[in-house]
Amino acid sequence: MYTRDPAFWRAAAVSSTLFMSAVLVILTVNTLQTISIGGSNVPTYDVINRQITYAYDPAQHEYVARAGGEELLFGRRYTEKEATALVARGKLVIQSRACMDCHTFFGNGAYYAPDLTRAWLDPIWASEYPGPKRGAAITAFVMHPFRIGFHVMPNLHLSKEEAQAVVAYLKWMSAVNTNGFPDGFGRAQSR
Amino acid sequence: MYRSQRLALKYFAAAVVLFGVMTLFGLSSAFYFVHPTFLLNTFNFNTSKILHINTLVLWLLMGFFGSVYWFLPGETGREVEGIGAAEVLFWVFCVVIAVVAAVFIVVQYGPGTEFTLWFINQGRKYVEAPRWAAIAIVVVALVFAYNVIASTVKSRNYSGILMVLILDLIPLCVLYLDAFPRITNMSKDLFWWWWLVHLWVEATWEILIGCIMAWALMDLLGSSRRVVESWLYVEVALVLGTGILGLGHHYFWIGTPRYWLGVGGFFSALEPLPLLGMVIHAIYDAGVNHMQASNRPAFYWMLAEAFGNFIGAGVFGFMMTLPQINLYSHGTQWTASHGHFAFWGAYACGVITVIYLAVQKTRGCSRLDGRAWKWSFALLNLGMLGMVGALLVAGIDQAFFERALGGSTWSAFVALQHQPWYTEGMWARFLFGLVFTAGFAVLAYDLITLGRIRGVEEAEPVKAAAA
Repeated sequence: MYTRDPAFWRAAAVSSTLFMSAVLVILTVNTLQTISIGGSNVPTYDVINRQITYAYDPAQHEYVARAGGEELLFGRRYTEKEATALVARGKLVIQSRACMDCHTFFGNGAYYAPDLTRAWLDPIWASEYPGPKRGAAITAFVMHPFRIGFHVMPNLHLSKEEAQAVVAYLKWMSAVNTNGFPDGFGRAQSR
Repeated sequence: MYRSQRLALKYFAAAVVLFGVMTLFGLSSAFYFVHPTFLLNTFNFNTSKILHINTLVLWLLMGFFGSVYWFLPGETGREVEGIGAAEVLFWVFCVVIAVVAAVFIVVQYGPGTEFTLWFINQGRKYVEAPRWAAIAIVVVALVFAYNVIASTVKSRNYSGILMVLILDLIPLCVLYLDAFPRITNMSKDLFWWWWLVHLWVEATWEILIGCIMAWALMDLLGSSRRVVESWLYVEVALVLGTGILGLGHHYFWIGTPRYWLGVGGFFSALEPLPLLGMVIHAIYDAGVNHMQASNRPAFYWMLAEAFGNFIGAGVFGFMMTLPQINLYSHGTQWTASHGHFAFWGAYACGVITVIYLAVQKTRGCSRLDGRAWKWSFALLNLGMLGMVGALLVAGIDQAFFERALGGSTWSAFVALQHQPWYTEGMWARFLFGLVFTAGFAVLAYDLITLGRIRGVEEAEPVKAAAA
């Protein structure tokens, strides 16, 4: 019987691998357009100059991030070039402190500390600092963390400039659309 | 014995040492969850976790390299080409690991500059090793690939297993190049990062361990090459046929288009199929051999590999992979439960199998059995199942209360830390970690002393295998 011949299964292995690889390449090309800066799901870095919201959209049946009117960060208006440099610096600081080995970004990372996907919009900051002071408040926390409940973040000795770059990164990231993750964000603020 | 096989023994020894280091840092990482201020600002959780998961990758990689160096001369009937370079690079590999570990422990992190990424920490989960060390790993992998390819070409033995292995080495080396870039855009960063983490671990590693287990099956049970190679092809067809697009289950929530929810959900639901095939094959082999073999520990670890892979990677993976569930289970202890079980079943058990085969050959034991391996087998598997079960309880609690009901805020996260099911789960995980550690200690004792301090004759002879 042909199934007893290894060559039959070899042909199955080669053809399935090649076919699936080809499909992956096609989907990758398409996906990279969507997730590029300025693509349909990922805003340009100067979104840090604007107010960001993340709320349930009945039309899309999921939580959607939106950029609204102007809401400056650290009291200044960044040009696209400046914003890009600041957010890039933020990523460098995030990697240098291995943030991802305690926290998660879009749910990826370690599971020891809170997810940071919408940290900029978290009620713990947004309810107390709805306006322009939020950036400074989170910057101060990142530089000198205080205990929140059971957990306390270590002091990783960020300079003010480093901490501001991290905050800019978190603000930009909160505006990325992620198919409704996390769902029900802020639904139960004081559980 | 071939020089290549002596090199394999060195790799196995290094792998077992790193297995031990991984276990200790796993234990310390587990302790932070029940005592969050443990060594705060001195030795933080992230450093402990980095050492835990990087030694995991490295001990398995060293186990794979050792296994291939062990079986390759038998397959090609000759010494491995370029064995001198491979021997030198083994020591380079060890020194690199020691230096990186020392820097992680002492320096831990650096300022937000490129210098930090080059020399201290790259800070991307699983690829924290600084770039200079990543370059060294690329060199080691390239020489390993040269060893396999050149030996195959010289021997002119283009067996199915060798051809699958050679083709697998290409993505194994190429995908690792993903360990270098710094991409500001988190969506793109994670998109490519999963090519490394998923396509390495859930595709190229699966094929690599498939080749190794094919050799192990022929060595241990005398299975026919024709059958083993057919199974290997079936496995490649199913693993890559489902796993390549199964990559999509990591592309649900990182900014990627909506079609990944369907693609990733569908193909990752099929991913258990090849693993089910392995279990069927293992049950068949166990029945044919009446649960007896000349090397009982290797035989039992091979069965553990088949079942662990199917349940840990297949069933536990499927359980949380559909997007409707993953929306809440993603990034919780549920993931950690699946991750522990999958790595254990898919790879760790397989590497231990080959190490026992090598111990039998090098210590001249015609039969291998005894009491110690049974204790280590029982303690390690009980410890692992306990940890996985505890993390599953904690993870489901987290998915419901922090994610679904609490809406994933910091407050919801803090509230979770007081949920009894979560805290009890974390304590249970730590305690079963102690059981696992005890199992490792017995395993190390058994591997070191078997056929040496305890003579071969002391190893209990197995009952005569039924014909």
